[in-house]
Amino acid sequence: MEELFSVIGNAAFAASILRVTTPILLAALGAAVASQAGCLNMGLEGIMLFSALTGVFVSSLTGSAVWGSWAGLAAGVLIGGALGALLGYLVLTLKTDATLAGVALNTIGSNGTVFLLYVWTGSSGISSSHKSFVLPDLEIPLLKDIPVLGTIFSGQNVVTYLAFALVLALIFFLYKTPLGLRIRAVGLNPDAADSVGINVVRMRYLAYILSGVLAGIGGAYMSMGYVSWFARDMTSGRGFIALAASAMGRSTPVGTTVASLLFGFTMALSNSMQTLSIPYELVEAVPYACTIVALSVYAYHQVRKSKKARK
Amino acid sequence: MSEILRVERVTKVYGNGILANDKVELSVKKGEIHAICGENGAGKSTLMKMLFGLEQPDEGEIYVKGQACKITSPSVAIGLGIGMVHQHFMLVDELTVAENVVLGYEPKKGLVIDWDKAADMTREVGRKYNLEVEPGLLVGDISVGLKQRVEIVKALLRGAEILILDEPTAVLTPQETRELFAELKHLRDAGHTILFISHKLGEVKELCDRITIMRAGHTVGTYEVADLSEADISRMMVGRDVVLKIDKAKAAPGEVELSVRDLEYTGDLGKKALRGVSLDVRKGEILGVAGVEGNGQRELVEIITGLREGATGTVTLEGFPLLGASIRESRRRGMAHIPSDRMVYGVAKNQSISFNILAGKTQDERYTGKVLFKSRAIERDMEALAREYTVKCESAQQTVGMLSGGNIQKVVVAREMSSNPTLLVADQPTRGIDVGAAEFIRRRIVAMRDEGTAVLLVTADLNEALELSDSIVVMRDGEIVAYYPDTGDLSEEELGFYMLGVKRQTKEEVSGVVHG
Repeated sequence: MEELFSVIGNAAFAASILRVTTPILLAALGAAVASQAGCLNMGLEGIMLFSALTGVFVSSLTGSAVWGSWAGLAAGVLIGGALGALLGYLVLTLKTDATLAGVALNTIGSNGTVFLLYVWTGSSGISSSHKSFVLPDLEIPLLKDIPVLGTIFSGQNVVTYLAFALVLALIFFLYKTPLGLRIRAVGLNPDAADSVGINVVRMRYLAYILSGVLAGIGGAYMSMGYVSWFARDMTSGRGFIALAASAMGRSTPVGTTVASLLFGFTMALSNSMQTLSIPYELVEAVPYACTIVALSVYAYHQVRKSKKARK
Repeated sequence: MSEILRVERVTKVYGNGILANDKVELSVKKGEIHAICGENGAGKSTLMKMLFGLEQPDEGEIYVKGQACKITSPSVAIGLGIGMVHQHFMLVDELTVAENVVLGYEPKKGLVIDWDKAADMTREVGRKYNLEVEPGLLVGDISVGLKQRVEIVKALLRGAEILILDEPTAVLTPQETRELFAELKHLRDAGHTILFISHKLGEVKELCDRITIMRAGHTVGTYEVADLSEADISRMMVGRDVVLKIDKAKAAPGEVELSVRDLEYTGDLGKKALRGVSLDVRKGEILGVAGVEGNGQRELVEIITGLREGATGTVTLEGFPLLGASIRESRRRGMAHIPSDRMVYGVAKNQSISFNILAGKTQDERYTGKVLFKSRAIERDMEALAREYTVKCESAQQTVGMLSGGNIQKVVVAREMSSNPTLLVADQPTRGIDVGAAEFIRRRIVAMRDEGTAVLLVTADLNEALELSDSIVVMRDGEIVAYYPDTGDLSEEELGFYMLGVKRQTKEEVSGVVHG
């Protein structure tokens, strides 16, 4: 126990929470945007995998240590947006079931990336044989010299800062701009939105594309910030954890962020506990167990609240 | 006055082959309130949907201000100055009044929405047309009357010169209806044109300048309202004389069937919905419960039928306590229920007519063997019931959701009445349905009474309350404020006094409704 507390009480642990939260947060924001428009993006996991692979592939292709990783990020974002649009096409235009379409995308993501990886590198497990580049860490002047705070908040990957900046951007977008209001209206009452001339399908396409872009940034971060290679199924369920985070945060940007940080904390905890003498399998299970507990607590709370409301 | 809207020989055939509009003609003058009347399924809604761009005509032309127009979407309609207030409000409950009003039409300050301006715009339209609403309120928190006002403001802000109102008074209290009429007359005097769709002939007479009558997809004609009597209008709507009075013999009440004593219930928002309600319904009697909607009738019905829990007091059906009993048990003991909301509680709209009538009889060994349904018996009997209750359909296998409101209600009535109940709780049994179907349902209720069924009739329709009930109670604010053992000597005006709280009877007079 003492060992555990010494791990958690460390500034480096706090820093690792931010690092681990980043991909979850990005994907969760993606889930939240879709949900605000009344859409379900079940395909986050698949989108993240494709973006992760695309990012590594493009950055490696450029061979440039200076801008290669940026090109990779851009490509990852692009493919994320494109897959979001594809999901939109399946669900909105072809009217397939959103859950099934998402599951299909995840399955293709899982196996398709392995196939492409094999075609590219000859390995079906990891891309490390081809050199790719990582997105830079940012040292923040002044802040970096402050003890503890500097360790936590300075020297994070550029995408981590971007993720939290996107939270603010999303708040601004959803609650301050006409387009944001329309997206929310479409999610809350599509008939009402339609009756004032808002194109519901177009708004939902936009939401799916935004959702894909956000998940795409998260995916690119996995392979170009978190680590510096692509490995099969490297997202290991983060797309689903993101869905849970969005649901727990009632799909608001702030709520989703808080929920994502909670999941990030549990994952960071699991990572840190690996240095302790606790069975590996048990430690690995921590974040998932926490997900179940958190969702149960949340659901219990919701049920009680709605019961109260009915009384 | 010049013509602002003209519809020429417009025909619309739906995908399922139903001819909804057949060479419809309509001419509306600027600055008039123009009524569109017709039975359910006469094609009014289809015509309005085409005017607002929700459906496209297959043939014919629509002219707005003399220009031929293709109204391909609501935004095109809005651009042409046509606004619509739908029967089911098109509002987002989670947003504020101002947000709803400017949705899709937001004033901007740089990139962001200018909320101050939005609130000002809402207030300005409100002041100009006597339609004031507080912009900052959440739409989910305001009354139905105010919601409707928000809808009108919304349309006006988008430059609507022609306002279509689809049965706007269906959801309003009498006071709110009066306010709405004053608002609409004010709008007309300010130069707006209003298309008023309604079933209520009294309202048409009171409010409208001209009337276009539709029947079975055709337009019968357009008339000055002042030239027609209500009887004239109803004759043209249904193509025959509707008997506005129900012929029925005097009731011969028997023993008490349903007995309610000291029923108390506190509603969702902590408001006392029922305050010590006591009443008896006897066999062979229709007891009407009149009152402005929202005075406890709904709670009373839901508690008696077992849809709502948490009441104190007693409710007994032939001595059997109903409070806490399962719905299956009370049905087994002879209760039937025609619910007020047919789409929510009345039918499974994606299922067949046959299935909907069968529901509740699935335990019956005429229809269910040891394991499987006896489909031949079901098909035969359900088909026969659909015919007996004059449900207009090709076969009982048709989906209920495809039928018109009146026919859906007949399906509900067929199911409930065919279970041979000893108590029928009929909650707004004819609301929002065409005159023919309403008349049919009223006749069946009288026929059941004659066979000895006790009927508790809850209705917000004064005419129906007076026409159909043998005796009547008036509910106001969760209490029974009046009891008339015989409706024969009761006038509509007198009933209104009790409903609106101008008068109330003494405790002794009211206690007359307790017989046992």
